[in-house]
Formats: sequence, C-alpha cells, structure tokens
Amino acid sequence: MEYIAGNYDVAIIGAGHAGVEAALAASRLGANTILFTISLDGIANMPCNPSIGGTAKGHLVREIDALGGQMGLAADATYLQSRMLNQGKGPAVHSLRVQSDRVKYHIYMKHILEKAPNLTVKQAEIVEIRANNDGRVSQVVTRLEAVYSVKTIIVATGTYLKGRIYVGETSYESGPDSMQAATKLSDSLRKLGMTLRRFKTGTPARAKRSTIDFTQLEMQEGDTEIVPFSFMTEEEMKNQVVCHIAYTNEETHKVIRANLDRSPMYSGKIEGIGPRYCPSIEDKVVRFSEKPRHQAFVEPMGIDTEEMYLQGLSSSLPLDVQEAMYRTIKGFEHIELMRNAYAIEYDCCDPLELKPSLEFKEISGLYGAGQFNGTSGYEEAAAQGLVAGINAARQTQGKEPVIFPRSGSYIGTLIDDLVTKGCSDPYRMMTSRSEYRLILRQDNADLRLTPIGREIGLVENERWSRFCKKKIAVEQEIQRLERVTIPLSNTLNEMLVSRETSPINAGIKAAELLRRPQIGYQDIRPFDPSAPSLPKEVWEQAEIEIKYAGYIKKQLAQVEQMKKLESRFLPSNIDYKDIAGLRLEAQEKLNRVKPLNLGQASRISGVSPADISVLVIWLEQHRKKQQPMEGEVYGG
Amino acid sequence: MTAEHQKISASTIAAIATGLTPSGVGMIRISGPEAVQISDKVFQPINGVPLLKRRGYTSAYGYICSNGEKIDEGIAAVYRAPFSYTGEDIVEISCHGGVYLMQKTLQAVLNHGAKPAGAGEFTKRAFLNGKISLDQAESVMDLIQANSASAARAALAGKDGALQKEIASIQRELVGIASHLAAWIDFPEEDVEELASSSLEQQLENSIIRLKNLNQGYDTGRLIREGIPTAIVGKPNVGKSTLMNLLSRYERSIVTDVPGTTRDIIEESVQVGGYVLRLADTAGLRETTDQVESIGIAWSRKKMDSSELVLAVFDMSQPLGEEDIELLNNLKGRTAIAILNKNDVASIQNISDYEKRISDKIPFVVAMSAQNGDGLEKLEQMIPNVLGLGRIDPSAAMLANERQRDCVNRSLRPLQDGLDAVQAGITLDAVSVCLEDAISPLMELTGERTSDVVIEQVFERFCVGK
Repeated sequence: MEYIAGNYDVAIIGAGHAGVEAALAASRLGANTILFTISLDGIANMPCNPSIGGTAKGHLVREIDALGGQMGLAADATYLQSRMLNQGKGPAVHSLRVQSDRVKYHIYMKHILEKAPNLTVKQAEIVEIRANNDGRVSQVVTRLEAVYSVKTIIVATGTYLKGRIYVGETSYESGPDSMQAATKLSDSLRKLGMTLRRFKTGTPARAKRSTIDFTQLEMQEGDTEIVPFSFMTEEEMKNQVVCHIAYTNEETHKVIRANLDRSPMYSGKIEGIGPRYCPSIEDKVVRFSEKPRHQAFVEPMGIDTEEMYLQGLSSSLPLDVQEAMYRTIKGFEHIELMRNAYAIEYDCCDPLELKPSLEFKEISGLYGAGQFNGTSGYEEAAAQGLVAGINAARQTQGKEPVIFPRSGSYIGTLIDDLVTKGCSDPYRMMTSRSEYRLILRQDNADLRLTPIGREIGLVENERWSRFCKKKIAVEQEIQRLERVTIPLSNTLNEMLVSRETSPINAGIKAAELLRRPQIGYQDIRPFDPSAPSLPKEVWEQAEIEIKYAGYIKKQLAQVEQMKKLESRFLPSNIDYKDIAGLRLEAQEKLNRVKPLNLGQASRISGVSPADISVLVIWLEQHRKKQQPMEGEVYGG
Repeated sequence: MTAEHQKISASTIAAIATGLTPSGVGMIRISGPEAVQISDKVFQPINGVPLLKRRGYTSAYGYICSNGEKIDEGIAAVYRAPFSYTGEDIVEISCHGGVYLMQKTLQAVLNHGAKPAGAGEFTKRAFLNGKISLDQAESVMDLIQANSASAARAALAGKDGALQKEIASIQRELVGIASHLAAWIDFPEEDVEELASSSLEQQLENSIIRLKNLNQGYDTGRLIREGIPTAIVGKPNVGKSTLMNLLSRYERSIVTDVPGTTRDIIEESVQVGGYVLRLADTAGLRETTDQVESIGIAWSRKKMDSSELVLAVFDMSQPLGEEDIELLNNLKGRTAIAILNKNDVASIQNISDYEKRISDKIPFVVAMSAQNGDGLEKLEQMIPNVLGLGRIDPSAAMLANERQRDCVNRSLRPLQDGLDAVQAGITLDAVSVCLEDAISPLMELTGERTSDVVIEQVFERFCVGK
C-alpha cells in the first residue's frame, strides 16, 4: 500500500556521475534534496573505462571543478596514473586524463554524498513520476510504494532505463555491471508526454592480469609532472601504475569476420543507435577493413584488484568468439576473461524537448541529465548533472535558471548542442565541437567559471580567495612582461638562434619575445632578473595569454558578435509558421527547438542566414507592432 | 490587419520600372504605405475618382501633373497590400516612354514624398514580405541584370552549378584538412597520422588561390552582368551625344550645334556587340567660365575616373587642338578607345594626321561617323578586346552576387591567417580554428554547419574511438 514517505525540494533519480553532481549541487545550494539509486553499490560506478578525462572531457572536469562541483576532487583523490594529452598541439587542446581506481572512486563519492548536509540518499527504484493537473511534477513513487512529494525532479537514469544487455545470440534485461534495470519508469515518462528513444553502447571484457604477457606489449607511462584536475588540489601526485598497448592482427579480424552473423548488431537484433566514436571492434574491422591492425590499451581497474580493462576491444559477439578473438592478440594468447564484453541498449529522451536549463519544455519541474539526455561519458554526464542540480534547486527557490553560453564553457557548448541540434547517436564532447576553443582552455577554466560558481553559491570561501589571488598574480605578471625589457646579450642571442628564431640588435620587451612561437616563458626567465618566483599555473597563464593574444582577441570579437545575437530574445509563444519569408524547413525546425534567442536560432541546422535576417526583421516589426497601421479596406 | 500583412518598411519608394530604354510606354512603380496618397497628387483621373477610393487590381485613365501642369496622359494601376508584387500598396503609372517624360513623372512622385528605390529594392521588399523566397529573389535580381547575351550565359552557368561545384570542391578540401586535424587532436591515442606542415601549407595555399580566382572572376563577371561603366568624353561638339544616340539608337541627348549643350550626365544602358555598356554622356571637356557648365565638366572628369571604359571622341573635321592633346594625356593608362568621328566630312590630311598622332597614345582607334553609323561594327568588335572580355569563359564558375563575394572574402581572411600561423610555427590548435572560420562562410552558401560536417568526416574517414 502506498504511503507518504517524505517531502523534498529536489528528487534525483539515479546516482551515476550525473546524479551525484546534481545531488551535491542542489543540496549545497540549500535545497532539501533526495537521491534515489537502484543500488547504493552502484553510486558513481564506472561501468566502462576506469578513467576520467581525455580530450575535451578533461576540459569538462576542470570546468565542473571551477564551478564548485565534485568530479575533479574525486578524480584527484582516486587516480592511478595521469597524463596531459596533446602536449605540443597547442594549449587549447591540452587535455588531462587519469586512470582511476574504480572502486575507490565509488567509495569516495558515496561517502561524500552520505556526509552532505540537506541530502538524503535512498536505495529505491522509482517507478512513477506524478504531475499536477497543471502539468507540474508533484510526486515520485518507489517500487515499494513509498510516495515522496517533490517540487522538482531530475532524471539521471543512465543505461539503467529499460536496460537490455546483448552478448551474441543472448539478451536479457539488465543495467550495467549486472545491476538491475529500471523497468517501469519509461511508461510513466511517456504518459507525461515525453518521447523516448533507444540508444546503445558497449564495453570490452575485463581480463585477469596474470594471464596477460606484458613483455609482448608496449608500455605507456604517465607524466613525470602531474597536473591535478582540481584547482584546489595541492598535494604532490605520483603515478602508481603503467598501462600497456596491444594490437589486433589479421588473425583477430578473421575470427571476427567469420562470426559476424552471430553479432546482435549485424543480425539486426539491436535497434538502438550506437555511438560513432565508440565503435566495437567488429565495427572497426568491418568499416575500416583496409587497416591491418587496431590498437588496444590494457588498463588496471584498481590497486586492489587483478582486473584489467581492455580499452578498444568492446564487442557484442558471443562469449566463445570473444575469447577466441582476444587470444589471437600478441600477449593475450592465454588471456582469461573475468567479465565479458557486452552491448547495452537503454531508453533516453530527445534533448530537443529540453530547455537550455535542462528542464523539459512541456513538463514543468522535470529535468534530465546525463546519458538519459542522449550523451555518453562520465564527464558529459557530470557536467549536465551539475547544471540540472543548480537549476532544479534555483527553481524551488524562485530564482531564474542559470544558462551557460557556449562561448563561455564546454559545459555550455555541450548543452547548447544537445538542446539546439539534438543528437542522433550518443553525444561525446570533442574539442572540435567548440568554435571558441582557443579561449575555452582547460588551463583557464577557473578564470572563466569560478566567478559564476561564486555567484551561484557553489564556490566556498577558500576556493574563492585562492582564485582571487591567482587572478591578480596572472594579471600582474602579464603587465610586467609587457613592460620589462630584456637587455641585449650574447647568451640571449645564442639561445634565440638555437631555437631557430632571429637574434636581436637591441633590448626587447619580454612580451615581444614571448610572442615568438619558438620561445617559452622558461626560456626567457634566465635573462629576466626581475621575474618573480611564481607557481606554474600563474606563469603558464600569463605565457598563453601573451603568446596567443592575437587569436584570443579574434575569438573574443566573435563572442561579442554572438552575444549580440543572443541578446535578442525570441518569444516562446511564436508560431513560426505565421512568419512569412521563412522557408518551410526553417519554420518546422524553429517550431521544434523554440530557441531562446537569435543566436541559438542561428545554430539550428536547417535555419539559414537568410532565415535569420527574416527573424531580425520580424523582431523589429514585432517591436513596432504596437502602433497599428492605418486601416484601409482592401480589395482584390 | 493581421501580422502576415504587416509591411516591412515605413517608407514609400518609387522608380522607373521599365528602365531608361527606348520604348513606346514607360512605367513608374510606387510601392509602400503611401503609394496611393502620393499618386493621387501626381495623377488626375479623368473620371475624378481619386485612386484612394479605388480597389486593388483596378486602373484609371488620366493626366500626369507636375507643379499643377499636365505633362502627359497615362494610366494608373492600383494594387492593394498584400496582393501585389512587393506585398505592399503599389501604384504603377504608365506614361509615354520618352526618357524626359519618365524622369519628369518620377521627379513629381519623389517631390511628393516617395524615396528613390535602391537597386533591387522592390524585389527585396517582396522577399521580406514573404512574397518570394531568397533564392527566387536572387535569381530575379540576376535576371533583371542579365540584360545581355553574355550575362545570360553566366547566369545559366550559375544555375547549372559551376559555382556551386567549385565552392563545394574547395569546401571539401578544407573540410578534409579540418577533419584530419580534428581527428588528430581529439583522438591522440589513436594512430591518426600527423599532417606534415609542408603539405598543410600547400593545401591551404591551393585553396587560397582558388578562392582568389573566384574573386577576380567576380569583377569581370560583374562587368558582364551589370554592364560596363563607360564614359564618352571629348571637347565640346565633337559628336559625343550623336555617338550616344547612335549606340542607343534613339534621340537621347539634346543634340544641337551650340557647344556645351549637354550639361548633365545622362546614363543609359546600351547593348554593343553582346555586352552592356552603361554609357554616360558627359558635358564637353572644355575650360569654361559658365558656372553651370564647369560643374558639368568636373563631373565628366569624375565620371571618367570611375569608368571601366572611356570612349574618347575626336572631331576629324577640325585639326587636333590643345584640348584634344590634354585629353589624350589624361587618358594615359586608361582602358580607352579613340573614336575619330566625322570621317565622312574630314579631309584626307586630317585623317592621317589624327591616326598617326593618336595611335601613339591610345592603341585602340576607330574612325567612324556617328552621324551615319559608318564604323559602328568595328567599334562593337573592339570593345570586348579592349576590356579583355574576349578571353573570359562565360560558363566558368562565377560568383553571382555581392553576398556570394562576401562569403568568399570572409573565407579568405581566416584562411590566410591559418596559412600565416602554419608558416610562423604557431601550434595547430590555432590553425584548426582558422580553418573552421574559413569553412563557415562557404557553408553559408550551402546551408550546412561547419562543426557538424567536420565531425561527420572524422568518423567517416578515421577509425577512432576506444
């Protein structure tokens, strides 16, 4: 029998990476928050690769941290190996990636949640969301018929929602890592008017360390100098493990090709749409048949386990084929699988039904975050969880939602892409998705976002004072470098020539030297006696700001231009079919997305620059419309 | 009135809709909220019923008045918004087709508050009011402008997609580089090959050249499409107006024997040998004390400066004078044809003298008689050669309008920045952004989004992902 079990401001369904950030953000903002999970042992689980970060994902983690989220701190507390990717390709695309201890990460996050004020953590499956007559959400109901009255709800169900696992000819209902699937909630969401879709993803096998011959593999070590994710982490960090690289070969591909008919993907059993960037090994072999080999990474799952993750070898082939295929790889001849590879299919929403606040347009008080919104990846999930948590809490406090513009963060870019363009396969963050990436760097995430986090109320005093100190130090150093002259000397010219840049004839401003692509801050330092002793994060910031000043200026001008478009708001009640001059396709797309402003409208695929000029004129008219035209009787 | 029928502009515009070409009937179109009121001040219907009282799709016969004086008789057709070409109220006043009358009628309309319509403004309003699509609008503009055989050929090439193909090909090349860079940057752990900076440089240079070629072609294309701005110059009474009348084949300028009769610049589009010349008949180039006339002469010089082609007229019935010599000196370095006029009445001595002394300064010389048309054919053949138009392949890819040219220019700048960055050794993150900035304007022409296309390509071409 149902009973009223409690009363909360914010309820979060799912305690994966999205749910965790949402719960922490909402509770930290003072909202009375409850977090539901099917299993407390699944909190912040990494059901796929045991790592945090990577290209663009590393940016997201640093942004979450800059805003006062948890993921960066958790990653720093539980890392095993750290690498800054893309060194040498430019600061905009430097990306941090760590191998994590999967179990320790889970324990860390679970404990943080348990200790958080204003937060209740409950093991329960939510089977129903109820709404008032006015369409506003009001209650959630658990499988054991406990009813909670709530003001706002965040759905962060990940791959649990109607999860179904596929291995060869076999398939069964399941969440990730043999957790239960959430089987009832989908029907309830549909009843609320939501469109649900089917996406799929996959994961490789985990193998026993002692059955791999590492002498046959290439070793990959971490960085000697480790940059932490969190702007708050100060402890010195040391790598604790190494990873290895293995390669498939023609024999592997032969085994795969011979058994394709037993793959649920190729036999058509799976209807879900898989991510393009995360192809299974059978996908790679079929689509890139000319490649003689594909690489795979062997990564430890943790310190206290012998399980190894086989990155790059995800598969939904039958178990016997998996074993046969893995054993063709050099070094894997005697490999023993501890967990098999599988594909998983799940329900998710169409993010075009979301506002940029991540609230559903048509279901007041209901938010979506994470894989449920059509993305993939822990970091993408956490970023949305943070935003949904902030906005759900603010709604209960009568505050306006916080919208992150795409010109200010990868978080904003991610959400804008989702709600403006939608996604037809699981969405992964990439640096190439951000047109403003020269200014949205991982190194300046705090400078971009910590003031916003402070205003929202998630940045506590210690982080704030540390941030302010750094900001001033960076500004002072930039000014000093613009001012100070490096005197002419033989040793300086020798250094310049050795770097293949022209020697000088007279003293030169430090900033001017720094603008040369070949010269770095540390190269100048010996010739710059007035240089103060500064932490790397400070001088590096000054160096980048000076070296890339021209490009940064150009991007800032583009941002300004976009801001102008974004400051022109489009009423939400327009029927674009009534606007003459818009092409039919544009009318349909605009009606579907209902963009907040002209900037967002301009990014909808199928809306041309000509359509935007029609909207500009329409807005102009709309403003003037108040004065009626002289009435005339029209013939014709 | 519903929102759909809202008018885009508050102003009322007017123009001669039939163009300044010889025809029996000319038409002045007036469009905008006050089109009917203004017309009532210019047009007096015989039946006394003002146009304001008329329904749409009706017309009235009456008189056209200027300053209370009847200057012509004609017909006024009334169209009511939104059922008109522009979607606004329109009145079309048809009068007799003489240039003088048409201009006088237009002047009267403008005096009563209408503004002169900009080029293509009626079509623009039709587009903005949802009467036609942008594509239609652009092709209408081009159709209007394609008033000669060559332009029609170039416009057809645009339609068949020569331009589209060229842009698409450049775009494909740039997207290829951008997606390679994106794959290399976003999937550092996959074996995506690094792009060698030398090949990157070469590819960027190649695209820059192709875009620049399009740009250069645009200037020539515009000459073909919009007509070649041409100045007819020469000292007074050498027969400039007669030449103009010959070319336009009707009485156009006021031709008298009194030197200095033509004081205004009168523009006219004429077709000569398959090309459109936008002719300006100018006040005779002569030092003068007459104030009105000296303004005209200043205009003439200016006109000459802004022309692509100068037709310098000399009177061979007179000996070569000081003013002729000065004109010749002024013509140095200009694209010009010397027209040795009045060869029918000139002495043999004068003819050989002129030909000898002028061909030194201007390589293109035609002896003719503007009066009887002798030598016109030779002039027609010479024009494309002088302008180098004979070498143009009218079916090659050609930018059709300013919007397209603007897209190409907005693509060229970041592309050049990208090339500079590669050459200076700037990290490739900056180069990749320049590249995408260069692709975006080209995509505007096809309506796609750069990042979507680049990412699409990454997954198509590279085997990346865990």
